[in-house]
Amino acid sequence: MKRFIGFVKKEFLHIFRDVRTMLILFGMPVAQILLFGYIVTNELKDIRIAIYDQSKDHVTREITDKICSSRFFILDRTLSNINDVESIFKEGNVKEVIIFEPDFAKKLEKEGTAGIQILADASDANTANLIVQYTSAIIRIYIFQKMRMDKTPMQIIPEARMMYNEEMKGVYMFVPGIMAMILVLISAMMTSISIAREKELGTMEILLASPLKPIQIVLGKVTPYVVLSFINAVSIILLGNFVFHVPVAGSVVLLMAESILYIFLALSIGLWISTIAKTQQMAMFISLFSLMLPTILLSGFIFPIDNMPDILQWFSALMPPRWFIIIIKSIMLKGNGFIYIWKETLILFLMILFFIGLSIKNFKIRLE
Amino acid sequence: MQQAEQIVVIEAKNLTKKFGNFVANDDLTFQVLSGEIFGFLGANGAGKTTTMRILCGLSTPTSGEISVAGYDVYTETEKIKRNIGYMSQKFSLYEDITMYENIRLFGGIYGLSRRTIRRRADELMEKLELKHARNMLISSFPLGWKQKLAFSIAIIHDPKLVFLDEPTSGVDPITRRQFWDLIYEASFNGITIFVTTHYMDEAEYCDRVSIMVDGRIEALDTPRKLKLRYDAEDMNEVFLKIARA
Repeated sequence: MKRFIGFVKKEFLHIFRDVRTMLILFGMPVAQILLFGYIVTNELKDIRIAIYDQSKDHVTREITDKICSSRFFILDRTLSNINDVESIFKEGNVKEVIIFEPDFAKKLEKEGTAGIQILADASDANTANLIVQYTSAIIRIYIFQKMRMDKTPMQIIPEARMMYNEEMKGVYMFVPGIMAMILVLISAMMTSISIAREKELGTMEILLASPLKPIQIVLGKVTPYVVLSFINAVSIILLGNFVFHVPVAGSVVLLMAESILYIFLALSIGLWISTIAKTQQMAMFISLFSLMLPTILLSGFIFPIDNMPDILQWFSALMPPRWFIIIIKSIMLKGNGFIYIWKETLILFLMILFFIGLSIKNFKIRLE
Repeated sequence: MQQAEQIVVIEAKNLTKKFGNFVANDDLTFQVLSGEIFGFLGANGAGKTTTMRILCGLSTPTSGEISVAGYDVYTETEKIKRNIGYMSQKFSLYEDITMYENIRLFGGIYGLSRRTIRRRADELMEKLELKHARNMLISSFPLGWKQKLAFSIAIIHDPKLVFLDEPTSGVDPITRRQFWDLIYEASFNGITIFVTTHYMDEAEYCDRVSIMVDGRIEALDTPRKLKLRYDAEDMNEVFLKIARA
């Protein structure tokens, strides 16, 4: 055990001494999440909207003015027929249609409630979400001010509908996605590189000729990355939560446990890569091509899996990040418990067994 | 070096190692005695490294009876590894950590107590005149220092036997000479040295030398007797005569 601890200590020293490693370890997650976060939550500006006003009274006009005088929206046209909505969205310039119900002001002032329908083009899910939020906010402020003046309680019920993408896939996607990507990259790439480095420098021979058992060497190489990856996972969730208000609706403990499981999977992939890569460069190459690109392209992180051709959907099923993304989305966004994600968890678990088995097999062949 | 009692440290009988159809080590039989400096020579690809890896417990032989430091290479590699030191061809300390951290790491791996490690580290730095460099990264060391340090660390746990795989390749003649002084000192302290080398002048420094050609040991004796037998002026000539035969 003392041998092992000494070995792990040295592993941490390697990491802390190397500025580049530290940058990758801690700089990358922060940079990525801020980058993606701000790209995704880019501010609305000059969004073209259409209005279908069936009431045409002073209230609807005031609301229209409020919306159009905000710097977010530009009134593209007013509609006179509900059937135009479909074609106007298909054109693609107009991203939002606001529909006031007939007798809007009368209902609002007499019955205290009126309906407003907000249709958004959700083929760009993130923008659509923002559009609806901004519009609703403007309406809320308006009604709040009006209530103060008129001193009667009233409410406008905005009914939002996402056109073309009802489930709003893509929103909040970046936190789970980045987590899946960073963890797999750091754990798998860094472990495989650091093991390949020992091979390349010849120190692996020395270690193997020492009383350290191979399993101790492997665990010693891996332990620091478990710790650091876990810190990364926590910081990504915290960043997402505090900077971008991505909720953690479900159990934090479950989320952490699943993250650790995924980290182990990434490490076992890293181990496997290190058994086939002879040099650090090769390890990095394999990691980047076999992990980073598929994670970005095939895991559903950026491109919806449902839109992929069948064959790519099959490939996607082989990508560990895909399942992890499902798991954390389920926990973070929907607040689901373990019952809902046991299948995905099992898949991750089987993948771990698969890669560890493969690594052991390769390792034995290498030692003859 | 003549010893009163000759304890056998390495005993190899009919050591054979095959990789598929290729025979890397063909029926090697030899003994290495305690305290001896045993030179293991051969051209590139003659099979030296394969033998050394087997003796270090890094690889299992195809057949043969082999024991190292009294332990069987098939079943007791753990114990062998505790009792040997190993310095590989490639330079083998960690470049991005300091000298003291390297010493502490390998001391720890070989199970030395913290106090022993501290004491040995002080002795070692004193001997190599490297006290000032205690907290310097190995990467800033000149190659000569590194090599000497690597050797000292390879024997930090006072092994019965140390394997040196071409330890002086790429080192200037003066440093090589200094390096051999260290080897003599270790040998004097009772550590058996098993060394492979390319340099035939170094072969002269060994107590006994084995010369390997195509996986077989073609000659094994003291340098003096080998030179007599092959009617050669130096080991270089001996080597060429054997290799060309």
